[in-house]
Amino acid sequence: MSAQFLQFLLAGLTIGAIYALVALGFSIIYNASQVINFAQGEFVMVGGMCTVWLGNAGWPLPAAIAAAVLLAALLGLALERFAVEPARGASVVTLIIITIGASILLRGLATLVWDKKIHALKPFSGEAPIQIGGATLLPQSLWVLGVTLVVVLLLSWFFGRTLLGKALLATSHNRLAAQLVGISVRRVLLVAFGLSAALGAVAGILIAPITFTAWDVGVMLGLKGFAAAILGGMGSGPGAVVGGLALGLIEAMGAGYLSSAYKDALAFVIILAVLFFMPSGLLGKRSADRV
Amino acid sequence: MLERLASSRNAGLAALAAVVALLPLALVNNYYYEIAILVGLNAIVCVGLNLLIGYAGQISLGHAGFFGLGAYGSAILTARFGWPPLAALLVATLAVALLALAIGRPILRLRGHYLAMATLGMGVIISIVVATEDRYTGGPDGMSVPPLTLAGVALTGERLWYWVVGVLLVLAVWLARNLIDSPHGRALRALHGSEVAAEVGGIDSARHKVRVFVISAVYAAVAGSLSAHYAGFITPAKVTFFHSIELVTMVVFGGMASTFGAVVGAAVLTTLPQALTAFKEYEMVVFGAVMMFTMIFMPRGLVPTLAALCARPGKAP
Amino acid sequence: MSLLRAEGLCKDFGGVRAVEALDFEIQPGTVFSIIGPNGAGKTTLLNMLSGIYRPSAGRIWFEGRALIALAPHEFAAAGIGRTFQNLQIFFNMSALENVMVGRHLQERCTLASALLRTPRLARAERACRHRAAELLAFVGLEAYERSAAEAMPYGALKRLEIARALAAEPRLLLLDEPAAGLNPSEINDIDRLIQRIAARRITVVLVEHNMKLVMGVSQRVLVLDYGRKLAEGDAETVRNDPRVIEAYLGAEAH
Repeated sequence: MSAQFLQFLLAGLTIGAIYALVALGFSIIYNASQVINFAQGEFVMVGGMCTVWLGNAGWPLPAAIAAAVLLAALLGLALERFAVEPARGASVVTLIIITIGASILLRGLATLVWDKKIHALKPFSGEAPIQIGGATLLPQSLWVLGVTLVVVLLLSWFFGRTLLGKALLATSHNRLAAQLVGISVRRVLLVAFGLSAALGAVAGILIAPITFTAWDVGVMLGLKGFAAAILGGMGSGPGAVVGGLALGLIEAMGAGYLSSAYKDALAFVIILAVLFFMPSGLLGKRSADRV
Repeated sequence: MLERLASSRNAGLAALAAVVALLPLALVNNYYYEIAILVGLNAIVCVGLNLLIGYAGQISLGHAGFFGLGAYGSAILTARFGWPPLAALLVATLAVALLALAIGRPILRLRGHYLAMATLGMGVIISIVVATEDRYTGGPDGMSVPPLTLAGVALTGERLWYWVVGVLLVLAVWLARNLIDSPHGRALRALHGSEVAAEVGGIDSARHKVRVFVISAVYAAVAGSLSAHYAGFITPAKVTFFHSIELVTMVVFGGMASTFGAVVGAAVLTTLPQALTAFKEYEMVVFGAVMMFTMIFMPRGLVPTLAALCARPGKAP
Repeated sequence: MSLLRAEGLCKDFGGVRAVEALDFEIQPGTVFSIIGPNGAGKTTLLNMLSGIYRPSAGRIWFEGRALIALAPHEFAAAGIGRTFQNLQIFFNMSALENVMVGRHLQERCTLASALLRTPRLARAERACRHRAAELLAFVGLEAYERSAAEAMPYGALKRLEIARALAAEPRLLLLDEPAAGLNPSEINDIDRLIQRIAARRITVVLVEHNMKLVMGVSQRVLVLDYGRKLAEGDAETVRNDPRVIEAYLGAEAH
């Protein structure tokens, strides 16, 4: 395998893992509430920025990380409680505008609370690159891939084995039926938003040492995470992971072999291609229409 | 009843014309004229976009793309190739119409969130292309644009532009209202009301959706071209996802399915950031809060909500 | 020659066969009713006859022409109109506008004349309003001419849908449970309305549960059960068919 190809592969998998985490956040919220949360990217931003800030203020890294994830989760809960809940039953356009408004609000708050500069987070375990078959791998990439794997495993345990996780799944399949068996849909929605926000924050923290963080990193990461979710099949957990990794690889290969200038456009070309030809994505269910 | 309908339409148009004609009395300096012109240009885009979102019930998160293509089309043809500005405007608009026609069919087969995302994708792709092809577009720094000339006379100066934009706005609203009050407009509203019922009533929903998409794209492209000539400059900032969101917010805030609502929305949300320049850092927070607040508490938009309040005083909407 | 002929119509949804091997003919100028228990496939059949569903197998011939792979609006253009079991009223419009939308196929209006509001279009619009008002009166809704659709009672809305469907001047009108949810006096109105429609030489296909209405107004009745034809014939024959009685009317009904 050529060293260059391996390099692109590793880079693609790394960023792909991040997209997968963001995409999982989208899918969880979409499943629970049929809402596309355009503010998802902002949770990614909050994760990275908050960790940087607390780290600079002297907090040890693990504490800073925990606090940042907690903050993001709280913001997710607030978003659900104060923005999405009051607008339950509103039209698609309305909900889209609300979450977009929330994302703008969060970005604005970020510039007020923090600043507009680009910040670096120190890599978790040093910067010495690892040589693998002629390609270099940053240690941080191993953190990204490792933590993502752990998170995915935890989530599948959560959804498969815990009552709360199953309640979330039940709500996504049939809200009314879930209510009838005593599931509090309110609570499920709050959990979904909090969990998705936490996932986003984790993604933001993992990637910050590699790509830096700033008040506006959430926009592109959010949109690309969304592209990954659509690619894998909106609402499908495994789809989010597959879509994320696929998108990361496509981007890395595209940037490497075709044109790095248009790297960002690839995600959106994929969105269009999937929506035109394969709307249910790679792993999504084909839904039958009942009139 | 016929007279009532006709007169309400004409009354609104007359009121708008009156506002356009009389506003200069309140515009004390060039800065105010500039804002008025910006409002007018945004309003033109919003009137077109409102046909798509408010009446036909579709959504587009990528209309800044059409605006930008109109602007850059005019800019490139006049600045790089020396075309006469009016010809450039026509050709750029035609190109945008053709693009909207080509992409409209597949895109408008989608619904709801998927449609939103597809239009978003389209808009972002356009903005990336514009920012990347710097040989033609000047890249992220933008490019300068020669002034608009009418029969050899250059259109410069705030006051002149104010009248150009004002007249075009009234024209844009007139055309839009005519469309709405025609069988085409009813077909659009029917689509929004119940697509299946519209279809069995003989309405080719796909064709109508594409048609209104193209019309709204044309409105955006013309406004874009004019805006490029007016400012003398165009940057990719006008082609971004944010600008698309601003436009949708103006339409939604002012009132869906209300042409005058679209104008009001454009007016309020164009002047608001100007009023906030003093609090520049809070601009995003306020904008985001306004968007959320409006959609949660006033989902039909400002003008219809006010109209409902006036129709039944004291009754909550 | 029959107005509409169905040949071997089938419709599958995934693994479920909702309609199977349906053959029937509808003669012009008649009222043809389709009855059957819930889930028998009646609405599925109507959806195929109006182009909303494409048959999984079989063909539909209308006025001698095979309607194959056409969109619903093309079925409408061919001369078939319908109403819906679950109201599909345009609640964002007035009653009059709902009916005016029904005139869409009769209005030939170019985009240019719409944008410029030519005098010709203005005249056509006035004529359209007038015609719509006439149709509202025909179905007994003249009192609602200026009402918003969302302010109208359920019974009125059922008749509004019929007026809207009639506006397209169909030769075949499919009515999907027009009497559902109505009280006896309203059902009488529907009965007389159907007769008035038939008197205008419009062929009516009626899907209904109300047996009194069906038996009183139909020339021919088709009985469906589990998506298959159980019986077909005139009202009297079908009413006395033991298979129909057992499957649908109940063994004790008369």
